[in-house]
Amino acid sequence: MSTGSSSNTGPTHKLVEAGVTLLIALFGVIVIIGSVKAGINWGAEGPRAGFFPFYIGLFILVSSAINLWNGLREDNDGLFAEWGQLRQVLSVVIPTAIYVSAIPFIGLYVASTIFIAWFMRWLGKYKWPVVLAISFGMPIVTYLIFERWFMVPLPKGPLEEWLGL
Amino acid sequence: MEELVNLFHGFAVALQPYNIMLMVLGIVLGVIIGVLPGLGGANGVAILLPLTFSMSPTSAIIMLSCIYWGALFGGAITSILFNIPGEPWSVATTFDGYPMAQQGKAGEALTAAFTSSFVGALFAVIMITLVAPLVASFALQFGPAEKFAVYFLAFCSFVGLSKEPPFKTIAAMMIGFALAAVGLDSITGQLRLTFGSTHLLNGFDFLIAVIGLFGIGEILLTMEEGLAFRGGKAKINLRVVLQTWKELPKYWMTSLRSCFIGCWMGITPAGATPASFMSYGIAKRVAKNGNNFGKGEVEGVIAPETAAHAAGTAALLPMLSLGVPGSPTAAVLLGGLLIWGLQPGPMLFVEQKEFVWGLIASMYLGNLVGLIVVLTCVPIFAAILRVPFSIIAPLILVLCAIGAYSVHSSTFDVVLMLVFGVIGYLLKKCNYPLAPLVLAIVLGDKAEEAFRQSLLGSQGSFGIFLSNPLVGTIMVLGLIALFWSVIQHGYTRLRGAMA
Repeated sequence: MSTGSSSNTGPTHKLVEAGVTLLIALFGVIVIIGSVKAGINWGAEGPRAGFFPFYIGLFILVSSAINLWNGLREDNDGLFAEWGQLRQVLSVVIPTAIYVSAIPFIGLYVASTIFIAWFMRWLGKYKWPVVLAISFGMPIVTYLIFERWFMVPLPKGPLEEWLGL
Repeated sequence: MEELVNLFHGFAVALQPYNIMLMVLGIVLGVIIGVLPGLGGANGVAILLPLTFSMSPTSAIIMLSCIYWGALFGGAITSILFNIPGEPWSVATTFDGYPMAQQGKAGEALTAAFTSSFVGALFAVIMITLVAPLVASFALQFGPAEKFAVYFLAFCSFVGLSKEPPFKTIAAMMIGFALAAVGLDSITGQLRLTFGSTHLLNGFDFLIAVIGLFGIGEILLTMEEGLAFRGGKAKINLRVVLQTWKELPKYWMTSLRSCFIGCWMGITPAGATPASFMSYGIAKRVAKNGNNFGKGEVEGVIAPETAAHAAGTAALLPMLSLGVPGSPTAAVLLGGLLIWGLQPGPMLFVEQKEFVWGLIASMYLGNLVGLIVVLTCVPIFAAILRVPFSIIAPLILVLCAIGAYSVHSSTFDVVLMLVFGVIGYLLKKCNYPLAPLVLAIVLGDKAEEAFRQSLLGSQGSFGIFLSNPLVGTIMVLGLIALFWSVIQHGYTRLRGAMA
């Protein structure tokens, strides 16, 4: 698989890293707020529910501050990734997000069949017979192994109901 | 002596035909997991964990631990043949393994790698057999303060020993602790950090985090790099195996040293990856023909493989005897124990003898089975890698979704898995270590409980963590581990100033 575009541009590593660090710091703030809500002092039964997470939140905040400082000071002009590479990554993330959100409605088996078929046809450019064989074969094998052999029920949709499985 | 009897009972359990079948199945699945990019030991075991819900705990752990051994073996195959480490701990194996394969000595390299893996694992299992019961009986006397001290030591070692920047390790670890705190507080029964969401009532399950962070995250990384496999053919025949075996005893010193490094790094939660690098580095410095390292020296395959496998196996020692896993995969196995209704920790050795010794016996047998399976089936496993990534990737993604769903039969968890996947991709790219994050999610509740109970006993005084020699020693060791790189740095400077 090639990386698609060969243009050597993209977000810098510094920028993305600073963004990630700020997100982590934000998470720390949320943890602190939640802990304060739950109570961070001592109650009748000892330290209250927010006591421990409060300090965890503080640690997250402080270490993020140091990481941000270190990251900005660093001499790193490198790219985080090229746009073409990021497009490659998004070409997996977006379909997976659709797949994941479709599971509750059409069931795991149907969603998986469509997802695998799309992936192989779109990104892999395989011929339809191969695509169909694998995209139908995998869910059937999964059904046999999980539901029949190990008795682990997986989410089903209208199709399975209609088939009476 | 009693241990020996117990071990024999363990062998009787492990040798039941059903368990042997699970062992072989586990090894084969494990090697496949190890060979495939995007599926590693930790998330492979996590995905397959739901399959064991209906088994007895002993059979379940035998199968899962064999998946782990299989993954350890499998990592070497791709490193040597394709110069692609299937697992992080086999990166060091590529340095000399791949050049050997290019020189047409793939068979020798593979035989040396598998045999060294086996030797390393065997050494670690013997160590576990001898040491684990002692540690467990010692740990039975631990109160909450000592328990917290052990967790403290484990997490400090991460900060001091990992190659990532210390404050990134701390940040990652603390994110894990915070995620573990979400939901019902086990001591007061109060809800916290849920912000009114009913989905978060039970908190974050670390299995979902493992599948997302390691599984999905890894796939995204692989997509970004754009993989193309080019590699040598795998051919192993009996003659090559025997010939290589005749050569191997020459390197007994390297093996022994790597075993010790591996065991040490496995017990302290540094893990298999740094163990393999460290072992390779030392072997290169000590060996007579150290200059040839990197050009296809068999010793450069033996050292990292032995250490990685010894570390991977030794990681189960603290998991079994203290309830503190030494690696993400050991953490997943620990999560399994909880699901099967067992309480990890020293009491296992008292209350669940059959389970503990069945597992230990299966480690001996599993690694032997593993050695035979990989030696005989290398070409088949290598063929898996020739299946293009655009077929493998969607299959792995679907498997991850199935694994995430079946932990709690919840479709919300599948969404969460994808979120964790994207987070894992970003964190990995920004050089945050993921292992401490996962371990903190697993151990967060227990560490917090021990911490609060200790403070409760001392009425809020932190003096309790230094109140007796035992807890004091463990805490001081923890601090030394925490500041290890600073200490090392200072020592080198001091020596530089003296000279």
